[in-house]
This record gives sequence, structure tokens and C-alpha cells, in this order.
Amino acid sequence: MDINETIKSQLAENPVILYMKGSPQMPQCGFSARTVQAVMSCGERFAFVNILDNQELREGLKAYSNWPTYPQLYINGELVGGCDIVLELAESGELAQMIKAVAKKEDA
Amino acid sequence: MSDYHGPLHKQIEAKLAEAFPGDTCQVINESHSHSVPANSETHFKVTLVSASFAGQFKVKRHQRIYALLADELNAGVHALALHLYTPEEWVARDGAAPASPNCMGGSKKEQA
Repeated sequence: MDINETIKSQLAENPVILYMKGSPQMPQCGFSARTVQAVMSCGERFAFVNILDNQELREGLKAYSNWPTYPQLYINGELVGGCDIVLELAESGELAQMIKAVAKKEDA
Repeated sequence: MSDYHGPLHKQIEAKLAEAFPGDTCQVINESHSHSVPANSETHFKVTLVSASFAGQFKVKRHQRIYALLADELNAGVHALALHLYTPEEWVARDGAAPASPNCMGGSKKEQA
């Protein structure tokens, strides 16, 4: 499958998905560690992809999103941002609202 | 702390100064706190306060800077922490940008 198709189907199938370095249990970058912590603190299910395991996806997603670094958080297929933006949204409480709104829809 | 002020660092400062004339901009090379050789230019933190960010979502603001610094990102800049505010937001934050996280050794593992 073309890498853009892979990305589109991952985004379509996972309302909250974090592309990061390492895993939530073993992040391999401080920016990914902070971001995954913020997402986990919202208390809802989310998907993650360790981009260190997939070089093609790692490069493909950068081009797809016009965003050259990781982590990248997507909600409902939309790029929310990287570490700096996600932490600001977490601080203001907006991140939990956004993620809980999506989770509610999933349960309905 | 490192006093190293390398060519990429200067290039980033020059490009931002040209694109955001008169705006408050600080570029810090944070590479020394990561698992890369001395005097590397891999990890930078940019704090920029500009009225031109008004009405733009954060993702859009970041994408403007990424597009502007695409050459530098291709030339080895690996992390670019961006703290982009309007003057009003900056005042509301008491003029402070968040600190960057500690390194967890990702670059070392990638090279291995």
C-alpha cells in the first residue's frame, strides 16, 4: 500500500493517534515522553505508532502533514500539533476536552 | 551551558529576523544537553513573539516556521522547539517560554 494510503487509513481508524519515538512505556525522546504523558493523563484510549520502527512511515508522515518533527498528535484525522502545542493544550485543559469529546462519540 | 554559536544557529536567527522584522525572537542551541557531539547544531529552541500570529491556530504558526526553516531542518536540525506567541499572549504568560525536556538518548539509539 502507498504510504499516504497507510497514513490515511491509520488516521481514519484511530480517532486519537500519537506518532512518537518509542512507546508510551519506553519513550526514546524527551519530547515524545512529555507528549505521551499529557495524552495518557486524559484517561482515554488512544493509539500510538513508534516511528523509529518504520522509516518509510517516518518520512512519509512528515511530508503528508507538512510537519518535520516528532511527536505528532492527531485527533479525528487532524494534526493537533507536536510537543509544544500538546503541552500548552494540556495545561489549559483543552486537550482533555478534545480527547473526551472524541471518546464520547466512539461510545455512542 | 555552551557558548558555541555556529553557522546554522546564525542562519536561523537571520532568516527569522528577515521574516519577522522588529519582532522579539530568541534562538537557543540546546544540542549540548542531548546525546550528540560537542558543538553540534541539532536541537534548537525558538521563542518568537509576533503580532502576525494573531488569528492563526498553533499548528498554522508552527507550519509557517517549519516552512521558513525547511533548509535548516534538512541540514541536520533534528529538534526545533517552537514557542510562538502574539504580544498579548506573551504578556499573559508573563514573558516566559516553557523549558525543553531532558534528553532520553533517542539520537544515540538511532545511530546505533
